[in-house]
Amino acid sequence: MSTRIDKGYYWFLLPGVVLFLIFIMLPFIMNFYLSFTRWSGVGTPVYIGLSNYLRAAGDFNFWLSLRNNIVIIIVLTTIPTVISLFIAVFLFQYVAVKLGRTTANIFKAGFYLPQVIPVVIIGVIWKWIFQPNWGALNDILQRMQLGNLTQNWLGDPQYALGAVLTVMVWFQIGYPLVIFMSALQRIDPQMYESARVDGAKGMRLFYYITLPLISPEFYVVILTTIIYSLKIFGPIFALTRGGPGNATIVASYFSYKNFFEFSNVGYGATMSTILSLIIMVIAVLYIRIQKAREYEGE
Amino acid sequence: MKESEKMDKTPIIMTRKKAPLPKRREKRRKIICVVLLTLFLIAFLIPVVLIVINSFKDEAEFYAGGALRLPDKPSLDIFREVWQTVEFDVKLFNSLLISSVVACLGLVISVLNAYAIGIGKIKWGRFALFFFVFAMVIPHEALAYPLYYFMIRVRLYDTKLAVILIFSILQSAYGTYLLSSVFRTFPAQLIEAAKLDGCNKWRILHIVVALNKPALSLLMVFYFIWTFNEFFLPLIFLVSNANQTIPIAVTLFQGQYTGYATMQSACALLGILPCVIFFFIFQRTLTRGMVAGGLKG
Repeated sequence: MSTRIDKGYYWFLLPGVVLFLIFIMLPFIMNFYLSFTRWSGVGTPVYIGLSNYLRAAGDFNFWLSLRNNIVIIIVLTTIPTVISLFIAVFLFQYVAVKLGRTTANIFKAGFYLPQVIPVVIIGVIWKWIFQPNWGALNDILQRMQLGNLTQNWLGDPQYALGAVLTVMVWFQIGYPLVIFMSALQRIDPQMYESARVDGAKGMRLFYYITLPLISPEFYVVILTTIIYSLKIFGPIFALTRGGPGNATIVASYFSYKNFFEFSNVGYGATMSTILSLIIMVIAVLYIRIQKAREYEGE
Repeated sequence: MKESEKMDKTPIIMTRKKAPLPKRREKRRKIICVVLLTLFLIAFLIPVVLIVINSFKDEAEFYAGGALRLPDKPSLDIFREVWQTVEFDVKLFNSLLISSVVACLGLVISVLNAYAIGIGKIKWGRFALFFFVFAMVIPHEALAYPLYYFMIRVRLYDTKLAVILIFSILQSAYGTYLLSSVFRTFPAQLIEAAKLDGCNKWRILHIVVALNKPALSLLMVFYFIWTFNEFFLPLIFLVSNANQTIPIAVTLFQGQYTGYATMQSACALLGILPCVIFFFIFQRTLTRGMVAGGLKG
């Protein structure tokens, strides 16, 4: 077998690399440069050194955006993961066994349905439900004689972030569910058999066999969810546009506002640069773990 | 901690097998289980159910009876009205056009990249892969403004072509990453044999593509759906009515028609329908790929 490297293959990489440089690398570098400038979008950007970064350090809304992203990360990595884990185990170990795999798959598809819809339209649907005057949520509360619990869910700074988080949890459940269901399929049933022979049952089987064996999928779910939560934009745009006030502002929306509403291009670029750096660190971590997993598998 | 301590203290006892339940009780338990699970699923999907039932009412009926009542005499009038106001046929066409072209172009770019890296095993392949991973995870707002400025300069702002170009390359990053590792495992003997038979690199590329059709079609489905669902960049680049895609049109419609409950709901339903149809067409491919994929989120 010849493993000599053939130079001719470089030509095949050419279109991809050229397009990558034009549409991704160049804009990214420009954006990075803009974060050191003051620019309204017209004229020439004025170099101002680290001023934008210093301004960000003391800007309440800058930190509020990042804080909201962190809250979203914490909620989305925990609640949907735990709920979907229980649904997955129940569907796989009870429903699929007692009622057949087709039934289990139908339920799986049902919980996965929100994931199929563009997330911004999920936002549109829930905004319609949260509407204070005629929305379905307040309507339901009133019919249950709980009229005093009705709120302007998205219009009240006290509840807006909670409402957004509820929507995101609802949307997210299907994602870990599908991943965990296929992870469970991978486990050798003999593992359970021999554990049962040793006297383990119920929760113990879950703790000592199921959980450790699907831990690779846990990493995948958690790291991808973190990246997803950091990038979140559509649902915020549809539900609250960052408001009321800045109660639900997130990093991407902060950049968007500075770019296109305040014409503070340099400052918007500062936020997006910082966000990119954070995401890259997490991505590198993800790939490390993926690689380690591949070696384990071999 | 606690669990493991308990584990140590409990003596290991062989569990006695429970006597099998009488058939009828077993059956009843199954039925209860299905009913409970179904109720739970319906409760979970209530937002979608509400959107469906309220899209067939007129505004007067909605304000009289609220969101929870089934329509008295369901009609498609609201749909017709929303369809015309939104020019839904135009938006659907735009979405389908952009997504399919991106799926094809993105696939071509990924295959060429992965061919050089996975089969050609070029020297800087691993290094190049690093950059494609970068393209995969980068938040779009870190590219948005320079691209916006650039597209205005080259007069591509507010054209479908701008979005097609940007997404073809953005999406191809994932395929490059995935296919490079798929192609790496391609049997070297096969390539050697093809070379001996006088195949040049293009012929070999044909062979590689022909033998990896399942992976390639999976990627195309992904690119199509992802692009169809995209929001941020299309929002910036597609400002005129004639160019907008479905997610944008639906979102902006809600902002404009704030007082029209059933029109909003019908519009959202129109936005959901194509995606649900894709889901039923591609269901098996998609759920399989969910696990293979990842970083896109």
